[in-house]
Amino acid sequence: MSEVIVITSGKGGVGKTTTTANLGVGLAIRGKKVVLIDTDTGLRNLDLLLGLERRIVYTLVDVVQKRVNYGQALVRHKKYTNLFLLPTSQVADKTAIEPEQMLDIVEAMKNEFDYILIDCPAGIEQGYETAVIGADWAIVVTMPEISAVRDADKIIGRLQASNKKIKLVVNRIRPQMVKEGTMLDMTSIDDILSVECIGQVPDDEKVVDSANRGVPVVEWKDSAAGDAYRDIVGRVCGEEIPFKPLEAETFWQRLKHVFGH
Amino acid sequence: MFNFMRLFGGKSDSSSEQAHKRLKFVLIHDRANVSPEIMEHIKNDIIKVISNYMEIDQKGMDISLENDEDAVALVANIPVNRMRPVVGRKH
Ligand SMILES: Nc1ncnc2c1ncn2[C@@H]1O[C@H](COP(=O)(O)OP(=O)(O)OP(=O)(O)O)[C@@H](O)[C@H]1O
Ligand SMILES: [Mg+2]
Repeated sequence: MSEVIVITSGKGGVGKTTTTANLGVGLAIRGKKVVLIDTDTGLRNLDLLLGLERRIVYTLVDVVQKRVNYGQALVRHKKYTNLFLLPTSQVADKTAIEPEQMLDIVEAMKNEFDYILIDCPAGIEQGYETAVIGADWAIVVTMPEISAVRDADKIIGRLQASNKKIKLVVNRIRPQMVKEGTMLDMTSIDDILSVECIGQVPDDEKVVDSANRGVPVVEWKDSAAGDAYRDIVGRVCGEEIPFKPLEAETFWQRLKHVFGH
Repeated sequence: MFNFMRLFGGKSDSSSEQAHKRLKFVLIHDRANVSPEIMEHIKNDIIKVISNYMEIDQKGMDISLENDEDAVALVANIPVNRMRPVVGRKH
């Protein structure tokens, strides 16, 4: 039986798709059979982050409209052969998939995979309902910014109302700002939202670099965000991994930043 | 921005502490579906009712929503200056 996890947020642009891609690759590296479902119809990006954009033949919308079965729409990763993407359409819009149709597809896939990860679009409209309906539990991604935390709380309320368990990921933390008292840290966001945190991911230039290449940072050895994502993967697998303190910049790194490298 | 208050040891909150406090406030209202505007209306109505019986210190008055282990409470702190005379009190 699969574990079905939706990655959602409230506010847009906080790192849902990045988190989905990294979690997917990280779980696949551990030998799990994983499928990632993109539900951001019309604004798909998960294919790009995984380097699979040129291999898409059919999409979730074709599956919903019964032109093909889901197996024909799956794109298999070349390097991680137990990792699959079920892409969505870039031309249709969110109304193309009803929540009940999504539920049927997730149910049909449940015997084949260890993990089904669903990348949710931003907002609380139909796209949200479609993404969330089939999930056993949810990862809420937020950023250490006042508006992103408020919007996360709204989504958390929604998820609790539909009896979904929730874990939090705080993304794009800047340890230097936390140290200076100009950015919320994980502990205080935890206190405000009262949801268990399973990850704090630093803001890391390598995330952008990795998106350029279509290779998620979780497989990069020299990336602080990659380290954080590897820990999240472990925690999703049920391991007890203590939180490491995020490193603020050293004096020399700061000097380098001030003078623009 | 350069913060003089902090340089000279003044008691200004860091911006992360301010964010923490402001979020706590706004989320109590978001969760209860009670906007600060409605709180203002409730306050004015309370003043009207209580003023029939007591003379209250409107400036010192404070009403707020508070979170107490999963339940939300409406907490009012209303300083009373003195009781109004019993005569003419409405029943
Ligand atoms: N830890 C990080 N460090 C640096 N940049 C990051 C980090 N996480 C995400 N980003 C960048 O933030 C942007 C938004 O990320 P992403 O697309 O994953 O967000 P999203 O929540 O899926 O957005 P949307 O709501 O539009 O679907 C991207 O440009 C990504 O590269
Ligand atoms: Mg996205």
